[in-house]
Formats: sequence, C-alpha cells, structure tokens
Amino acid sequence: MIKLDEIQKRLLREVADLHTVPEGAYNIRSNSQSVGRQSTAHIEIIPKTDVSGLDIRIAPGTKNESVHIPVVMTQSGLKELVYNDFYIGEGADVVIVAGCGIDNCGTQDSQHDGVHRFFVGRGASVKYVEKHYGSGEGSGKRILNPVTEVYLEEDSTAEMEMVQIKGVDDTERTTKAELAAGARLVVRERLMTHGDQRAVSVYSVTLNGRGASADVVSRSVARDRSYQKFEATIAGNAECHGHTECDGIIMDDARILAVPALEANNVDAALVHEAAIGKIAGDQLIKLMTLGLTEAEAEEQIISGFLK
Amino acid sequence: MLELKHISFTVPAEEKNKEIIHDVSLTIPDSRLVVITGPNGGGKSTLARLIAGIERPTAGQILLNGEDITGKSITERARLGIGFAFQQPVRFKGIRVLDLLRLAAGRQISPADACDYLAAVGLCARDYIEREVNASLSGGELKRIEIATVLARKTTLSVFDEPEAGIDLWSFQNLIEVFQKMREQIEDSSIVIISHQERILNIADEIIVLRDGSIDRRGPRGEILPTLIGTPSAVTGCRKVQEGGNRA
Repeated sequence: MIKLDEIQKRLLREVADLHTVPEGAYNIRSNSQSVGRQSTAHIEIIPKTDVSGLDIRIAPGTKNESVHIPVVMTQSGLKELVYNDFYIGEGADVVIVAGCGIDNCGTQDSQHDGVHRFFVGRGASVKYVEKHYGSGEGSGKRILNPVTEVYLEEDSTAEMEMVQIKGVDDTERTTKAELAAGARLVVRERLMTHGDQRAVSVYSVTLNGRGASADVVSRSVARDRSYQKFEATIAGNAECHGHTECDGIIMDDARILAVPALEANNVDAALVHEAAIGKIAGDQLIKLMTLGLTEAEAEEQIISGFLK
Repeated sequence: MLELKHISFTVPAEEKNKEIIHDVSLTIPDSRLVVITGPNGGGKSTLARLIAGIERPTAGQILLNGEDITGKSITERARLGIGFAFQQPVRFKGIRVLDLLRLAAGRQISPADACDYLAAVGLCARDYIEREVNASLSGGELKRIEIATVLARKTTLSVFDEPEAGIDLWSFQNLIEVFQKMREQIEDSSIVIISHQERILNIADEIIVLRDGSIDRRGPRGEILPTLIGTPSAVTGCRKVQEGGNRA
C-alpha cells in the first residue's frame, strides 16, 4: 500500500489529476524514492541500474493503455537528476502522464531535473501530458529543468501537452525532436510565471523525412517581475510542414523574449513561424466588464481562457 | 428609464479641445425602442459609450431609474442592468461561445439555455457553442454572438452600437427579426439602437437625430422618419439586391 501524506497527495492531484492509485502501469516517485510501481501485461517499468530512472517498455500493438509516472518532492534541499526512457513499440497507442510537483517550505532549493527520451516506433501514437507545479512558503527555490527528447519513426505521432502554471521559480525546458517520413509532432505548451520567476523554453525540431510535420504552439503569461524566453527552431530537411507559434501576454513589469527560427534545407520544406507578445487588450477587459465582471475578474477570465 | 441631463463630452485635441457631445438632454422611458441616427461623426457611438460607462462625460448627469450613475464604473452600470453590444465585437483566444454566454448570464447556464440565446440570433447552436470567440468566426457570426450576450443578460436597458455594421444582407434580415422579437418582449426594459439603416428606423418607437454632438430633432417614428428618407441618416439596403437584379 502506498503511503503519502496530505501535501504529497495534493501535489499528485495537481500534476497528474490523481486522486487514488492510477489504473494501468505506474511509478510514483516521492522524495527520490519509488513508493509504488506496477507493470502490466503490455507495459513494463524497469528501474535503471546505472543511473536513477526508469526504462518503460511498451509492447508493439498496445492500445488504449496509460502510464503514470508522477514525481512529488516535499523535502527542502533535495536535488535529483532522473533519466526515464520510453520505448513505444510499433503500432502502439498510449497515453503517458508525467509531471512533477515540488512543495518547498524550507530555506534550501529543491530541484528536479528529468531527462525523458521517447523512442516512438513505426506507426505508433503517444499522447504525453506533463504538468509542473510548485507550492510552499519557504524561501528555498523550486527548480525544474526538464529535458525531453523525442525520436519519431516513420508514420508515428506524438502529441505533447506541457503545462507549468504555478509556483515553479526557475525552469529551463529543453525539447528536441527528430522526425522520420510521415511522422507528426504536435506540441501545446502553456506557461505562466509570476513573482521573480524565470522560465526558458527551447525547442529544436528536425524534420528529416518526406511528409513529416510539426506544430509547436506555446501560449504564455508573464506577470509581476518574471522573465520568459521562448526559442523554437524548426529545421526542414525534406518535403515537410513545420509551424511554430509563440503567443505571449505580458503584464506588470514582466519581460518576454521570443526567438522563433526556421531552417529550410530542402526546396519543398514549408515552414511558418508566428510570434506575438502584447498586454491584454483593453477592449477585452471592457467587454467583460459590460457583462458585470470587475476588471480583476475580467483579467482572470481572459488569462484562464488563454491558457486553457 | 434613462435620463441624460446636459451631457457634454470633450476630448483633448492638438490646438483646442474638441467637443464630441454638446449639452445633450434626453429621456428614454421604459418599454420603448429608441433609435439614435444622424450623420457619421455626429457623436452617436460616443453617446452609447457614455451610457455604458466606457467614456465619462465632462459635464452633466446620467440617471438610471432615478439613480445618479454618472460616477459609476462600467461594471457597476452593468450590474444595475445596462447591456451594451459593441459595434466591433471583441475576440478572445480560448474563451468559448458557451463560456461567454455564461459570463453574460452571470451563472452556469446549461448548454440548452445557451442554445436558446444563439437560436434567437439565428445561429445553429450546435455548430457554435464549443467554438472559441476568436478570429475563426466571421464578422456576422461575431456580431450575432455579441447580441446573444446582451440577450443572456436580462437587462433593463440594452444599447446596441450599429448592430448592422460589418454584416451581410442575409444576416441583416435576421437581425431585424431579432430586434422585432425583442421589441415584442420588451416589458419594463428599453432598447437603444445606434443605426442609420432605414429598416431599423422602421421598427423604432422613437427616433433621435444627433448632429454635430447635439440633438437635431426627436420624436415618434411617424413624425421623424419621413424627414430622413433619402438622407444618410436613413440608408436603405442595396437597391440592386432588393430589386432582385444581378450584377454580373
């Protein structure tokens, strides 16, 4: 039986929508220890022996199954580096829910650096959901530096939803993807920073095969004195489609730097980037105020819609 | 009942201040549909924005049902029952039509209730309720959704700023029907429409002509409308379309 205290349970709800032990395969990591693990007939979770982390092997043809690998940290001053490798067999169709919640009530920094590598087999499809969340009143920082690498074989698909809405003081997100012919990558990033937080998100996507496509969309809100940097590079090495979009709402004394980049190495590579940063439009506030909302309520509705 | 007493509105301009509204006094009683018309630049939209609280008058007083609302914010006026439909509807990324109607209604109305409001403005609700109020919607669709948000509010005074602007002729015909239906169910509330479309003037109980920031004339439709026919204050629809002709 898994034993978790109330704070750990709350973190689990925030990052993985988990109220009880999940169905299917899972590994719950709490304060650098695995406190619960389950493999299934088609999904095997094996601890790595050389470094901290897991190998997750999903058998070819596995359909409609899920893997949950949430991480919670409540011990102030804990620093960890974890390597998780996902091997998704040909033709499989699975959902992977990761995410990390840190509650730091102490004075020392807590840091979780996760390196996730996805090897998506031919024709397989994976939906990856990752939520990051921080809480706690301590002066120690909550730091998360995720590295995500995605290798998509022919005609495979990865849909990635990455969300960091609250409480993470410092983050450097690095996402790299390589796509073979007919492969498809969809990324939806949602980011909000407040206080003195800093968030850097760097994407590097390479479209290597004919018919490969990538759509990388980031929506972010920077409040207070926070800083955000979004850097997305899509390289097209074949007949392919690439689109990247960074849409930022800036508030208070925040700063946002958006650096979209495209590299076409083939005459049939069709690449598009869009970037827009601006404050909440006055008309939007006025419209919602004419419906009876206060200015603060209007602002909240606009932001929560934008980050949905 | 809405009362404007000696309302003036001045904006700073390069050399000397520009007066957009000059000493306007008028009363809009309950159970009336009043259309404010007049030449472009005459101050019609500004007057509508002054009523909603988006702009504040530089002089004068605004009373709603006897209460002085001159110093009240947009939010306070909305909560007192003033509804306002924008000439240019606002777009929102991520906010669905259903969300907007719920915000307008001030409660978690069911999708079925939301559908009623959309049906009232001639939209097939099933196709729209989950859609975001963003640039993927056409001007006509946005305009009708804008009007639906005012319907959902159950207001005592609804102000529509040029509802016909930016919509096609087909939508316009539906729009007239929407306002006619609103007129039938008006009860104790009142409706103010800013428009210079003859067909909207045709359904007015009363017409106010605003020119150069002042009331030029006002009165019952039967009295005022004949004086406006053929002027830019009472524009008819496209003659060719109405005659059924084709422009090849």
